[in-house]
This record gives sequence, structure tokens and C-alpha cells, in this order.
Amino acid sequence: MSYRKFTIEESKAVVLPEENLDTDQIIPARFLKTTTREGFGENLFYDRRYDKDGRAIEDFVLNRKECAGTILVAGRNFGCGSSREHAAWALADYGFMAVVSSFFADIFRSNALNNGLLPVQVSEEFLAKIFDYSKNHNGITLKINLMEKEISIPSSGECENFEISNYKQNCLINGFDDIDYLASNLKEIEEYEVFKLSSL
Amino acid sequence: MNPKTLFDKIWESHIVKEIEGGPSVMYIDRHYIHEVTSPQAFAGIRRRGLKVFRPEKTFATCDHNVPTLNQHLPLSDPLSALPVEELAKNTATYGIKYFPLGDPSNGVVHIIGPELGLTQCGMTIVCGDSHTSTHGALGNIAFGIGTSEVEMVLATQTILQTKPKQMLINVNGSLKEGVCAKDIILHIISRLGTSGGTGYFLEFAGSTIENLSMEERMTICNMSIEMGARGGLIAPDNTTFEYLKGRQYSPGTIGSSEVGGVEGRVNEAEWEGAVKRWSKLKSDPGCKYDMEYTFAAEEIEPMITYGTNPAMGIPVNSVIPELNGSEAGLSRALVYMGLTPGVKIAGLKIDYVFLGSCTNGRIEDFRAFASLVKGRQKAPGVTAWLVPGSKGVERQIEEEGIGDTLRKAGFELRQPGCSACLGMNDDKVPEGKYAVSSSNRNFEGRQGPGARTMLAGPLVVAAAAVTGEITDPRIFLK
Ligand code: SF4
Repeated sequence: MSYRKFTIEESKAVVLPEENLDTDQIIPARFLKTTTREGFGENLFYDRRYDKDGRAIEDFVLNRKECAGTILVAGRNFGCGSSREHAAWALADYGFMAVVSSFFADIFRSNALNNGLLPVQVSEEFLAKIFDYSKNHNGITLKINLMEKEISIPSSGECENFEISNYKQNCLINGFDDIDYLASNLKEIEEYEVFKLSSL
Repeated sequence: MNPKTLFDKIWESHIVKEIEGGPSVMYIDRHYIHEVTSPQAFAGIRRRGLKVFRPEKTFATCDHNVPTLNQHLPLSDPLSALPVEELAKNTATYGIKYFPLGDPSNGVVHIIGPELGLTQCGMTIVCGDSHTSTHGALGNIAFGIGTSEVEMVLATQTILQTKPKQMLINVNGSLKEGVCAKDIILHIISRLGTSGGTGYFLEFAGSTIENLSMEERMTICNMSIEMGARGGLIAPDNTTFEYLKGRQYSPGTIGSSEVGGVEGRVNEAEWEGAVKRWSKLKSDPGCKYDMEYTFAAEEIEPMITYGTNPAMGIPVNSVIPELNGSEAGLSRALVYMGLTPGVKIAGLKIDYVFLGSCTNGRIEDFRAFASLVKGRQKAPGVTAWLVPGSKGVERQIEEEGIGDTLRKAGFELRQPGCSACLGMNDDKVPEGKYAVSSSNRNFEGRQGPGARTMLAGPLVVAAAAVTGEITDPRIFLK
């Protein structure tokens, strides 16, 4: 199955300067009961977005029209907590192409990559720069170039490189995923079972 | 030859191939699935026209959604019933062994794996659930995966993995009376933080760990993930082998291979062969870790959390930390929890207690809880959810007479499942109420919107259950 291809993304950033945004906040457990991958965007950050009566909380960033964009920026340790891939689905379904943070929880990172959502890990300094700039200028536009593995603030010219394996970079640029790759390796897997597994 | 860690040894023997500039293809020995994270994976392989490659290596249970009362009735919540029905259909279609609700082997996935002897030493084990790290207690590389990866395992029995860094955590010395495994891991997490283990796979070692029972080791490995680690493991030893011997799916158990054998009937020669292989599963002397920490068991006190992540833990007899101005997260957490900095945590009135989950829902936890409440009474006004981790645990509770002790003390037992650990069923803590919980996560809203969760071990949970407030359990142990 292919995902959205990712090459260069330039967009206004949705800035959420908080640390440890865990998967229960990204998508609360009570919304996990469906059996498809679609529609989770509606409930993204639900308990932050809506009050008890289901009314939008106006100053939460996802509810501010002027802040809409495809790049989410959040504090360190984004996506910690449960392994639910629903968190990545919710972010992608909502329309995010990338999440920028100074640190991602491991499982979240791989879940994101498996859904064409690019986790961009930047230095603490660069993250602080984004937060400051956005605060002082009432918003910020970011540009992410996956071919160059580079993130920049076009209006100030500042940029930084981020890491992603060449394999994953390729997958995202072409919209392939891991299952396509693994399914093409079944013969080797069978050989492993015969020659190696049986000797363990 | 270079000395190797236990992790290296298991890792290397399971790599099918390495991709240049990328991850490795890793073979999976055991795959557990449950109703919440599997439906989309089955839908995925169908959409791609793929089959389940090795159905006999996947085992299924339903646990997350299920009610803990009246499990013989049809599920009343249609939204919960749907994924459970999907799981039944999918496992039947693809020939996967399924332990449905009411089955004598049903229970929380991380409880039943070891209990049935499906989790064995030296394996690679995955499940679409972060607390898969639990199985590492038996000497495995075990970790949680996302649904796309569940799909990969169904389709190919492999996933792509990048080798993590390795961390050794030593705990040495004797524990003080009244201190249990949960306190050890809450203590460690409070020191290393929620991301202290990110990027690492942990190995727990040292004399304290060696002296723990199998159940206690599972509690420790279970919470490795709460410091961000992929997983944690403990080298198998006699404790491990004794635990596994004669279990339904353990090697040597007569008739075990496909359907599960008769518990207790063992072909000794076959069993000894397995133990001989497993005895090699240790880190070599002089092997290198990327990071090492050492903790002294004597310094560990009964713990409780006061905040909204598992690293916000303190000894139960100490005070809630002062705000030093810089920590926005801490101040938000204290507001959410309704707690005042600088005040003693003991004495705080609580509303709910929860004993259960894959962290502390095993027989030993019920024994510990019962030992404290025996001869006492549940405090008026406290709602107690005591939820065995599995049907097996439930049976053992009754066989050992623990059920009677609990009922005499005014408690009721519920039926197995994840229950209040994540509040996907009816067991939700109401907004603003305090729950002392033996589970593993105290995130905002984890046990229900606005719920105030305080994580602790079974003894602290028991002490709160009989006093109605946060209490140092040691006053009852004299
Ligand atoms: S008991 Fe809690 S942590 Fe364990 S598998 Fe169930 S929901 Fe997850």
C-alpha cells in the first residue's frame, strides 16, 4: 500500500510548546474502538481541544484557524506512552505531514514512519528558536526538505539537518512501506527458518 | 571472540538479513495479538492480497475492551463488541489460536503468555502493545509494536528493526521489609525519567534482581517502557526454568506443541534439552553496554506517584516536591492532581483502588494484597476494583483461599481484563477522584477523563484500601 509521498513540505507550523505529549493525550483510549484506520483526526488531542460539553476550547492551537498547517511542532519526548498506532493515524488523518520535536518516543517514531508521517528530530536549540520565533512573530512557517534531510525557517534563513535512514528516506519519497519490502523477501525468510531457526 | 550481551546473542540469532543504510529484517518467534490493535492489520493484509504466513506462531486474546462483570453475557457496548467479533472472525479465518472471553486461558495478553508457557527463554516476542516488555523477564527480546508492524508479522513473521543501544541496570542488596518489585521500578524511573531509556534496550541484573520471583521480575520488565526503553530483559536462571516447567505450552509438556499440553505432565528428557539450551543465555563477562546504572536496594522505599507521568514518584512517607519555578510540566501536573507542593503525601484521602493490570495482576500481587487486608475491613467510601490478570490467576486466587480472605474484608473480585488500567470498558475513575492503582500509567485521563491516578505496588494499594488514605503499608507489617 502506498502512502502520500513526501519530498518538500513548506507550511505554517502548528506550535505546541509542551513536553511529554503522550499518546493518551494525542488520542484518548476511549476513541480506539473502531476497526479501521480512518477518521481519527476528528478526535486528535480531544481532551485538549474540547471541554466537557464538547465545545471547542478557543485558545487551544488546533482550534485557532490562523494557526492551521501541516507541520506540528512540539516539546521533547513527543509520543511517549502506549504503542497505539492510532496516534500516528490521528495526526496523519488530521492532515499533518510532519512532526518536529527535539525527541521522539521510539515506538511513535516507527509508527509515524510507517504512515508517511515524518518525525523530524531537531536540536534543543533549534526547537527553542522555533518556539521563540513563533511567539515573537505570531506564527512561523517551516520548510522540510526530505531529499536534503534539512529543516529551515525560510524567513530567517536558519536551518538544521536531521537524521533518517536512507532506507526510510527512500520509502517516504516514493510512498513505499515496509510491508511491501518484507513481502518481497519471503523466500529468504523461509531459508532462514530452514537453516538457522531450526538450529537454535 | 568479543564478549557479547544476552541481547546481542538473541538479536544476532534472529536477523534474517541486514539492509544497507537501514534496519535489519528480524524474525519473530512469538506474536501475541488482541482486539484493539489487530483489526486494521488483518484488513491491511486482505487489502494487499496477502496471507498469514505462520499462523501457528501467533496467539490471540481479548482483554482491553472487555467488561469485568458478567462476562458470560453478550458485550453490551456495541463499540466494544465490534473489535472482539472481528478478532474472533479473523483468527478463525486464518487458523490462529484464540483464547476468547470465558476461555480457561483467557486474560491480559502479558499475563497469559508466560502463564501458559508460550513465552519461553531466548525468543523474539512482539505484540501490538507497549507492555510487551513484560516477557523480557524470562530472558527474551520482547517489545511493543504498532499496527503496521502487526501486519508485517502476520504477513511475513518478520519486522524491520534498527539495533538499539544497550543499558545495564544493576540493583544490588536486600530490600527493606514492605518494599516490592513495583517500588524498585518506580524508584528507578523516578531517577532516570520518562525518557531516560529512550533508544535503549535494558538488561536488569544484580543480586536483588536475581532474588526476585518470576512474577516480580515481570513487574520490573513491564515498566521498562515507562522510561522510554524499547524493552528490558533479565537473564534466565533456575527461577525462570522452575516457573516454566510443566506449563501448558512449555517444551516437554506432554502434548504441548500445537494445542497446549496437560499441565504438569512432562517428558523430562525433552525438558532438560530446553534447559540446557537456555542455560547459555547470559551476557558474557566483560561485555560492553552503552550505559550502566547501579542502584542500592536498601535505599528503596515503598513508592507512590503524585503526578501525571510514572517518573513523578516519591517514597510514600515523603512530601510532594516543591515547585522550583522552572518546571511548567510539574506545576500543570500538580494542578491536574489537585495536590499541594511541600505537603506530606501520606494522609491524602482517596476514592478508588485498583489491583490488577499486566504490571500487578498476578497471583503474587493478590497474595500480597490479601496478606495486608486480612483481618481488616475495606474503608467505607472506597471503591475497590480487584481484577485478576487472567482466568488462571482467578482460579488460583480461589484455590488458595485468597478469595475468601478478600470477601471477608469487604472486597469483591471482578473478572479478568485490562479494566481500569486504561478505562476502555466501564471501569473508569470519575473526574477529580483519586485512585491508588497498581497499573503502570498515570497520564492525564488514562483511567477516565479527569481521573487522578497514583501508581503504587500491591501493598500500598492494600493499605489505601483499608484506611481510605495514602498510607505507608509498613505500619501494618509489624
Ligand atoms: S493491563 Fe494495561 S498496560 Fe497491560 S496490556 Fe492491558 S491496558 Fe495495556
